[in-house]
Amino acid sequence: MTLDIILILVVLIDLRLLGASRIEASIRIVALQGILLGLLTVLEHYGDLTVSVWLVAVGGAVLKGVVFPWLLVRALRSSDAKREFEPFVGPIASLLAGVAALGMSLWLAQRLPLPQAPHASLLVAVALFSILVGLFLIIARKKAISQVLGFLVMENGIYTFGAGLVRQSPLLVEFGVMLDVFVAVFVMGIALFHISREFDHINAHELATLKD
Amino acid sequence: MVLILLLIPAVIGGIAFLLPNDPLRRALLVATALTHAGLTAACWVRSPAPMAGGWLVLDPAGLLFLSITSTLFLAAAVYAVAYLRREHDHVTRDAVEGFLFSNAPEATFTGCLLLFLAAMTLVTLSQHVGLLWVAVEATTLASAPLIYFHRHHRSLEATWKYLLICSVGIALALLGNFFLAVAAGSTPLVFCELVARSGQLNVLWMKAAFLLVLVGYGTKMGLAPLHTWLPDAHSESPPVISALLSGALLNCAFLGIIRMQQVCAAAGLGDFSRSLLVGFGLISMAVAAAFIVGQTDFKRLLAYSSVEHMGILALGIGLGGAGVFGAMLHAVNHSLTKAMLFLVAGNILGAYGTKSTADVQGALRVLPVSGVLWVAGLLAITGSPPFGPFLSEFTILKAALDAGRIGVAITYLALLAVIFIGMATIMLRMAQGVSLRIAPQRESWTAVVPPAALAAAVLLLGIYLPGQLTHLLQQTAHLLGNH
Repeated sequence: MTLDIILILVVLIDLRLLGASRIEASIRIVALQGILLGLLTVLEHYGDLTVSVWLVAVGGAVLKGVVFPWLLVRALRSSDAKREFEPFVGPIASLLAGVAALGMSLWLAQRLPLPQAPHASLLVAVALFSILVGLFLIIARKKAISQVLGFLVMENGIYTFGAGLVRQSPLLVEFGVMLDVFVAVFVMGIALFHISREFDHINAHELATLKD
Repeated sequence: MVLILLLIPAVIGGIAFLLPNDPLRRALLVATALTHAGLTAACWVRSPAPMAGGWLVLDPAGLLFLSITSTLFLAAAVYAVAYLRREHDHVTRDAVEGFLFSNAPEATFTGCLLLFLAAMTLVTLSQHVGLLWVAVEATTLASAPLIYFHRHHRSLEATWKYLLICSVGIALALLGNFFLAVAAGSTPLVFCELVARSGQLNVLWMKAAFLLVLVGYGTKMGLAPLHTWLPDAHSESPPVISALLSGALLNCAFLGIIRMQQVCAAAGLGDFSRSLLVGFGLISMAVAAAFIVGQTDFKRLLAYSSVEHMGILALGIGLGGAGVFGAMLHAVNHSLTKAMLFLVAGNILGAYGTKSTADVQGALRVLPVSGVLWVAGLLAITGSPPFGPFLSEFTILKAALDAGRIGVAITYLALLAVIFIGMATIMLRMAQGVSLRIAPQRESWTAVVPPAALAAAVLLLGIYLPGQLTHLLQQTAHLLGNH
């Protein structure tokens, strides 16, 4: 039951992100989502809480709930960027697209029943929904920093799936995931600083000289 | 042995970050490349023992791609010495827009270059689904700073696109890995185990997993329509990096797809996965052809040619039968040829100071050696005899005809013809004629010996295929076998 509540909160956060216009608020919401996913990992493995499960859960929550938001807020403040998204697609159209994506995720989850846990279709649907929302945010927002946020939301979706379902797979893989997400966002963070220095703002829209 | 192969570039890469002395660091780079190549050659004689409970094994496919990577890295390292000396410590004028810019610190460049080698080595050694994924991601992260060597806005744009698009692709591949874990149930996620117990895989999830991994690694490999990062990254990075990206990195992603195809074929989903590969292959070739004809930037021309050849590789695997052998051979041929062309393109760019095809004329007179290599490279990359790619492209054509897929064969030939005409018009115009602006130059040996050696290898492979290589290619093709 608690599990379902967390999953529904994750969906609500995704929808909130689609309608958000202020970047700093969005960073905080994504941070909250990261912490919720840490909680989800603990609940999923409730019967057999080993040290490694705790490490993955707490490590994930700290990285996504504290470290990344801090990094991103710093990157945001170091640039003179306006603190709003300047989206290609406005909030209302984004929300409508989100509702369509939610429907599609639920339909896909029905089509893909899990062999080991046939009742967990909500989890699959939520994971797919987060991934779709993440992809949408990457495409539909102008600023480079919001693309990083979109990437994080997408990773959160994948993490939802991984933490919830792949119980048999060695946790080492999940460690690898954490490590890679950390490094990827870290490298993207560095690139953000370079972009803000080069252009005085972090607008990915300006990154459009290279084409055929 | 396996561990040494991994640790040497990783550790020396770390040291390179800290060394204060530039000439010493360049010597270290070449020494590491030589050691790595030597160790790889030793693996041909005696295959190294598996490590880490079967997670790190050098199988035939791994050895093939490790050898390609190691060879190209050696050529690139030798070339890099003179390149870094030329680019050292001074502000350069941009070739396209004329503004001044400086380069990234050489320590960062060499350090990342060696870490890049370590990451690619890990890709070829990984037998575990998760470890392979981590390794592919590591190649992205290690190479991003390399693309941003010239510190200006265009290379920054290329780096950003590369990071973002490849990270998204890799994230989808991760989801594919999770799907694979669901399909596998209690089977360990090691490729040989998955193949051995392929009967127990859940078919529905396996299909979804293959699709996601193909899209994920396909992004990194440069299959159209997921290739959009590739021309930018290849055209803006230094020649050494373009050569390695095109010749070694794309292959690493291809290896990931090969491993997945191995599992799919064993699970009886070969028809499903092969038809996807044929589709992606032909689309890549068509997109490449569209952008090659009339291309105005010669580095982008070579980049689109890489998209074409990645399409040919996917097509070869997708056709099955002799096509698999052809694709493996083509991976070798393409890597050597394309790396050679990018190094030569670096020489041309250095002499003419422009990437525009219209502004380069008379390369044969201005740069006697590079000019000849440029024309030889054109013939090789478009699949003309007697060079190696002719042989491998012909094998793939034969596979299409053997399988009775006349439509595929005709499309393949037509696209190859269009690309041949497109590339020949542009590249021959650059080589011939007289340049009024630039006087003939003497070329330094480090700038011409590495591409010349690669060209010689491509020529040799077209005339004579060593028995050991044939054996290795057959073993690799057998992995993807006709189950």
